[in-house]
Amino acid sequence: MSDQKTLYINNKEIEIGDERNLLELIRQKANIDIPTFCYHSDLSVYGACRMCVVDIEGQGVQTSCSTEPQDGMQVKTHTKEIREIRQMALELILANHDKSCPTCEKSEDCKLRQLSAQLGLEESRFPDELNDDELDMSSESLVRDPNKCVLCGDCVRYCSEIQGVGAIDFAYRGDNAKVIPAFGHDLGDVECVNCGQCAAVCPTGAIHPKHETQDVWEIVDDDDQFVVTQIAPAVRVAIGEMFGQEPGEISTGKLVSALKMIGFDQVYDTSFAADLTVVEEANEFLERKEAGEDLPLFTSCCPSWVKYAEQFHPEILDNLSSCKSPQQMFGSLSKKVLAQKLDTTPENIKVVSIMPCTAKKFEAERDEFQDANGIKEVDHVLTTQEIGKMFKEIGLKFENLAPESFDLPFGFATGGGVIFGNTGGVSEAVLRYATKKTTDQELQNIEVEEVRGEEGLREAEIELAGENLKLAVVHGLKNAGKVAERVKNGETNYDLVEVMACPGGCVAGAGQPINFQNGKVKKRKEGLYKVDKTKGMQNSYDNPFIEKSYDEIGDIGGEIAHEMLHTKYQDRKRIVDNGFNIFGNEEAPIEMKVCVGTSCYVQGSQKILHDVINYLDRYDLKDRIDIEATFCMEKCGDSPNIVLDGTVISEADSDKVLKTLKDRID
Amino acid sequence: MNNTTNTLQTIKQDFQQGLDKYERRIIVCAGTGCVSSGSLDIHQKLQEEIEENGYDVDLKLRKEEADTEAEEDDNVILSKSGCQGFCQMGPLVEIQPDGYLYTHVEVDDVEKIVEKTIENGEPVEDLLFTSQADGEKYKGRDEIPFYELQSRSVLKKCGSIDPEDIREYISLNGYEAAEQAYTKMSPKEVCEVVEEANLRGRGGGGFPAGVKWNLTRKEEGDKKYVICNGDEGDPGAFMDRSVLEGTPHSVIEGMMIAARAIGADEGYIYVRMEYPLAVKRVRKAVEDAREMGLLGENIFGTEHSFDINIMEGAGAFVCGEETALMNSVEGKRGMPEPKPPYPAQQGLFGKPTNINNVETLATVPMIIEQGAEQYKEIGTEDSPGTKTFALTGHVVNTGLIEVPLGTTLREIIFDIGGGVTDAKGNIDNDNFKAVQIGGPSGGCLTRKHLDIPVDFDSLIEAGAMVGSGGLVVMNQDTCMIQVAKFFMKFTQEESCGKCVLCREGTKQMLNLLNKITEGKADQNTLTKLEKLGQAVKKGSLCGLGKTAPNPVLSTMDLFEEEYRAHVEDNTCPVNECDALSVPEIDPEECKGCTICAKECPVDAIEGEPQEVHRIIAEDCINCGTCIEACKFNAIS
Repeated sequence: MSDQKTLYINNKEIEIGDERNLLELIRQKANIDIPTFCYHSDLSVYGACRMCVVDIEGQGVQTSCSTEPQDGMQVKTHTKEIREIRQMALELILANHDKSCPTCEKSEDCKLRQLSAQLGLEESRFPDELNDDELDMSSESLVRDPNKCVLCGDCVRYCSEIQGVGAIDFAYRGDNAKVIPAFGHDLGDVECVNCGQCAAVCPTGAIHPKHETQDVWEIVDDDDQFVVTQIAPAVRVAIGEMFGQEPGEISTGKLVSALKMIGFDQVYDTSFAADLTVVEEANEFLERKEAGEDLPLFTSCCPSWVKYAEQFHPEILDNLSSCKSPQQMFGSLSKKVLAQKLDTTPENIKVVSIMPCTAKKFEAERDEFQDANGIKEVDHVLTTQEIGKMFKEIGLKFENLAPESFDLPFGFATGGGVIFGNTGGVSEAVLRYATKKTTDQELQNIEVEEVRGEEGLREAEIELAGENLKLAVVHGLKNAGKVAERVKNGETNYDLVEVMACPGGCVAGAGQPINFQNGKVKKRKEGLYKVDKTKGMQNSYDNPFIEKSYDEIGDIGGEIAHEMLHTKYQDRKRIVDNGFNIFGNEEAPIEMKVCVGTSCYVQGSQKILHDVINYLDRYDLKDRIDIEATFCMEKCGDSPNIVLDGTVISEADSDKVLKTLKDRID
Repeated sequence: MNNTTNTLQTIKQDFQQGLDKYERRIIVCAGTGCVSSGSLDIHQKLQEEIEENGYDVDLKLRKEEADTEAEEDDNVILSKSGCQGFCQMGPLVEIQPDGYLYTHVEVDDVEKIVEKTIENGEPVEDLLFTSQADGEKYKGRDEIPFYELQSRSVLKKCGSIDPEDIREYISLNGYEAAEQAYTKMSPKEVCEVVEEANLRGRGGGGFPAGVKWNLTRKEEGDKKYVICNGDEGDPGAFMDRSVLEGTPHSVIEGMMIAARAIGADEGYIYVRMEYPLAVKRVRKAVEDAREMGLLGENIFGTEHSFDINIMEGAGAFVCGEETALMNSVEGKRGMPEPKPPYPAQQGLFGKPTNINNVETLATVPMIIEQGAEQYKEIGTEDSPGTKTFALTGHVVNTGLIEVPLGTTLREIIFDIGGGVTDAKGNIDNDNFKAVQIGGPSGGCLTRKHLDIPVDFDSLIEAGAMVGSGGLVVMNQDTCMIQVAKFFMKFTQEESCGKCVLCREGTKQMLNLLNKITEGKADQNTLTKLEKLGQAVKKGSLCGLGKTAPNPVLSTMDLFEEEYRAHVEDNTCPVNECDALSVPEIDPEECKGCTICAKECPVDAIEGEPQEVHRIIAEDCINCGTCIEACKFNAIS
């Protein structure tokens, strides 16, 4: 007698393995692709779309995603009843969906369209029931189109379960239910870290990366502009997916060729800038290590992580590497060094990045990365998807192109700069460099298996010049948050922590081609490691063009380097710092802010506000003052807090405030 | 024996002795219905009046006061009770031991009550209940048919005791069942008794509570929870509210027993914030029980601990669904989750959890006290015990009732309910059309179902369900499509919006129903409605969605003709749907000018010149031309 448990799918006996649910078992073993909208193998089971229903003997209609396979189960996947329910669910979704498919961002990859075709839907029997909501264009990285939302909740769960951010969630009931940022704010005004994974998992076009293709066409068309482009490592192993190639297939040369065809003046490699990052960051690390300060060093090349840290863990901002990300180092070099070389001004050089990432769009817009005249280091960021669409627009047969080489000097990169696109890559490149720099020898195993892998948090101890370095490599911001918390509590002894927001690293960025297929990220990662292997140089230390660049930059970590290649961060714990205007105009001579955070409110700030208004009413002084109610001022120990013309009145009461106010008015 | 046990016995004796010293007790109903019609003012006035007359009145009978101050035999105790059920007749004032039940009492009646009944023990005839059927006056509960025909066990204490006085509850053997469960029974034994009693969930599903307890008991866990589901939200249902308001300690005791059975040390009572009185009373009851050592650590001197938290729900109907309720307690959005895992396996905060409805829990102490066998003597074999219902609609006596399961609808509506009322409010049992049972999850039953026993299984067989226990009686003037629409609108608005079939399906069902009542439907509409209803029923995620189509499907089944009339003939047979109502000519105003008949595009108006005209309903297309044409405003 065998212990093997089996069940029956459409009368066919199938062995039960370690599948998490019936849906996965049917998909993997019964050769039936059960349709779903809301099932995502990395997220919790949600059970809302009802598309994966099956008939189980004795239990009737059940969702297969939420059913555990059991011995002897008799499952039918396409009874009349099941087909009717699926069809009905799909028709109902369609009735509440903006069907402007031809012009939809997700058109080609929309699951709703695919399933409608797959299920042979001829029409929706139900009239359209659209709410016609406005698009949310507030974010630098993403666009929300509520009219296309099918409320599957994938984005909501990804944002909270994997990224630990929770920038969006469900609100309202019944047919008013919708996915919105907290309190109905715009996405650009909330904690969203722009990772874009919501868009990557969205089955329709309800949330998608923001487009800059038209802007890029404009500068490409303008003969007066010198347009340079940089290609991030992860793009080269994914772009081919849009042209029928397998994930992981290396298309670097074709990409260069295609970009030249589009009309870019120079095509460079972000991996070169990554080599430069390695040099600066490794030296920064070695310095900190020697001084024993601000350890562990957190990497800072992922803009989602940077914003996440600024918002949720500002206490560790000193631990973040001050190095700019490779994208911004490249931008800075282009605007400063390249402009000089070409004997032109920064205004006349335009930098376009091709990135796997949506957050890079936000990064390029940060104040830190523009000069006093508003000239940005990076002018436009295109995602892999966007550049692929530009290729398609001109009818390019990408797959047939003959490879071309990057331009020099910023087109030469080592393997260290290329593996930046994988989780663990930065750590590995820094280790390679630091070892050679301190010992003048290569790492024994230049491919550091300890930091490679899939686990959300990987820890490793690597010997460096006789000392054991403790490393943590983390991806997924929820995991990063946990590490940050432990660091704050002094529970770790890490030396270096690498953080990537997207699970898998940049290869899994939300700007990459849409691909709902499992295993694609792994293949892209393997692609990058393959590039590394085939490079003549794997250590950023050896990049001769980097060495040459320091002719202009001066010393590593020196004054010019700091100005050109380093940055600083801001505490973003308060995202919206403007409160609610109670009354008055901005020109009024006196400005008053009343904290109505929980503690101040409980301690009576509301009453003070009330008394002040009464006072002003009585003496008709309302035009003399501008009053604002603010969020928590984080002085809860001294509640209630009032700010009068910049001076904080703590432990305030009405008498105290009115007295000061009277003095001011007099 | 231990301290708590000693205390229980002492309290019981003292309270009883104290009570014996009073000659009369006035019980003013302080259920939500009576309170809203002014019973608290009456209570206040009674207190003043009695004090003025030199009686020693105490709102709360405290032990020491009872011993020292209650001297004279003419002492009176005045207390507030929970809902007495006869809400339509409120405010209610009952006088014991005389047994008079005064109805529709007003503040001005108080003097008379004191003068006649308190002074002299005579009834105030005007305030006694008068039967609408025969005009006869009834003295009190023992005689009024509304009460006499009921079998009040869960509601027995509700309406007779002071819900805010734990000692009165204790004096009626309160908390003795819990004591027994904690000190003399093993968890397994407790489960067995409840399983043997076949106590079925009163929240609607009818799942055997004992089985659920046993499953939860067998789950391993360092922590387990008991939840009392008091998120009653069906339109017209208010029995859980009444039980929580009227006898909160029964619920607490039931939870203690459940906790003992499954091995839980923490419980939650989830009650909606729209029930402020229930919240207040339950809160006080929990505090009192805690103060007395009935909740907390080392209950009855055992090693077991149990305490209760109160969670106020914000009033989302879907939070009555157990997984949504638990999400809500955890501070999340109240949205149901797919089952399995069941709460027994992974419930509140991921721990094994037993969740029962208010009435179910309130029944538990009784079962432990009297044993499974005696409990089962009432009710049917598969549905033992009694069930409370909220009786409303076109019926003489509306209010809260409790009857043995298996009682027929005929008995409930015609006897306890006192009969069906017609459009003018007169009793006319022939005017009975249907009864909607089980609220938005239930269905309709008609004359042919009048003699089926009302129990969990028979109702499901008949296409309805016990559900929450709302019973809405409808007379012949009710449009069944409007009824279906009413419930559909409710569930559509209350859907949490999570699953496609419920969120979008209920909206489209409502659209289709609107089309029907607006005269915009065709045969296709009915087919679509039926198919959609079936899909929503079979495919929705939770109970709300799975039962939402019931009011529609059941009326479509039972009143097919009426649906057809709306769709095929464009008429609403009872003239309730405005858009389909055929205009009528007022014979007083019509001058017989014939202009309407001339203007009518379908020749649906007949009549000789100079004589009153008539609209032929079957031909009328309800275009409104005649209304505009008439110069005398005779048509509307």
